[in-house]
Amino acid sequence: MNIKKNIALSDTGFVFNPSNGDSFSTNPIGMEIIKMLKEGKSTDEIKSHVVKNYMTDDTTFERDLYDFVNMLTKMNLVETDEKKKD
Amino acid sequence: MKKLQYERPVIQRLNTGVMNKFGTRTEYAPVTHIEGNAVKDLIKEYGSPLFVISQRVIEQTLKDANRAFKTRYPKVQFAWSYKTNYMNAVCNVFHKNGSWGEVVSGFEYQKALRNGVPGNKIIFNGPDKAENELRLAIKNNSMIHIDHLDELYLIKELATEMNLRPKVAIRVNMDTGIYPMWDRFGFNYENGQAWDAINKIMLTDKIDLVGLHCHIGTFMLAPSAYAVAAAKLSDLALGIKKKFKKNIQYIDMGGGFASKNTLKGSYLQGPDSSPSFDQFAEAITTAILNAGFVENELPLLILETGRALIDEAGYLLGTVISNKRLSDGRRATIMDFGVNIMFTSFWYDHKISPAQEFSQYTEDAVLYGPLCMNIDVIRENVTLPPLKRNDNVVVHTVGAYNMTQWMQFIALRPAIVMIDLDEKPHLIRKRETLASIDSEELVPKHLKEFKL
Repeated sequence: MNIKKNIALSDTGFVFNPSNGDSFSTNPIGMEIIKMLKEGKSTDEIKSHVVKNYMTDDTTFERDLYDFVNMLTKMNLVETDEKKKD
Repeated sequence: MKKLQYERPVIQRLNTGVMNKFGTRTEYAPVTHIEGNAVKDLIKEYGSPLFVISQRVIEQTLKDANRAFKTRYPKVQFAWSYKTNYMNAVCNVFHKNGSWGEVVSGFEYQKALRNGVPGNKIIFNGPDKAENELRLAIKNNSMIHIDHLDELYLIKELATEMNLRPKVAIRVNMDTGIYPMWDRFGFNYENGQAWDAINKIMLTDKIDLVGLHCHIGTFMLAPSAYAVAAAKLSDLALGIKKKFKKNIQYIDMGGGFASKNTLKGSYLQGPDSSPSFDQFAEAITTAILNAGFVENELPLLILETGRALIDEAGYLLGTVISNKRLSDGRRATIMDFGVNIMFTSFWYDHKISPAQEFSQYTEDAVLYGPLCMNIDVIRENVTLPPLKRNDNVVVHTVGAYNMTQWMQFIALRPAIVMIDLDEKPHLIRKRETLASIDSEELVPKHLKEFKL
């Protein structure tokens, strides 16, 4: 799963989709996840990074990450599988 | 290396230009303590959910109300509306601060007596007063507010039989310019029912008409309606003086003052839209003072204010059970308290504060209660920081009606704690147990055993 290439992310958590003008705000941990997704990191890599650096556990973060990624998909910020195949 | 504080990742679409239905952000600061008591400690000690009542807030609010009326009118008496919150400890805070008791059932009447309120300081309202309850009230010289003619005739019969002269008032309903008009209680002013009842009482010497009572509505946002009501009751009192040469001892304006809660659909927040005690007092006292009473014959002004005196003193502490997403992407947070114990969430958008530190990031959410019932919604739209399982919240302004209208439905009812003036918590109602519910149930012998 990848974040769309053209999505802009500022250091303060402002997310911008230039293709439709949608803008979003995310918190620092959300920003970190989006960055890692842009870098092409797998969910396992993201999980181990967050659990190592933040006061949380595997189960809690897995649940939150799943929910967050779903929101990214819903907000049209993620490359769909069809597009990837092209 | 020290690990960083974790917060659930959130992303929120930014909408510019128009206000969304979630409104502005709800809270900017966590409420970690209530009058020196940590929310987490209270929950640890008494369980979650937990109602907390502040004695200090009750006393301060009552003092404010007294000041507003007593600086404008010479004779004022508050009577605590039992139905609003009849926890004995709560009632006694009001009684200790000079309030009489105002009850609307035999059960509440007994409660007031047991709390130590003298019978002649109890106002007995309501449409349902059983014969034995009326006998007791007559014996105790209580003020009986007559709701309908059947009651009037019954009191007359009892007075003859008991050879006592009951003290009564009639409840008057009227058009005060507000909708809906509460005309189901008492006798109507405009169509002559009130005068008919007054004549019936005055033409018998068996009953003593001492007062006139009205209660024009609930959560009233227009003080001017009280001015109309006070003027109409004063007109009746002066009419009685003229026709029967009888001074009416008191005018009871009932209750109905709005608290600082925010009604659903209201554009403004409760603290900005609800009138102050001063505004209600100004409307009522001006109308009575201008009605034309001789100075030394001014009637005592009785107020049965309930909601506005207790709502702000009540908090509900609760805990997050779970978070989930609805089909349209909205966040849904399930709390351990629902409409079963917070009946008022049907008509208020209660202010809800997280009880732990949070960042500036928020999410739009729906808050649900724990009941397996679709109607169990605490807030349809609320903007809150991300809450996780076992986080705590504080719901504000829940002191009125929730502890009397709560339902023993699906879950057991929680404990209630009162924080005294020295910031010490006292358990004033224990958490219900299965035994407390089962103790009233009986199972016929033939249904006691079965095999599955």
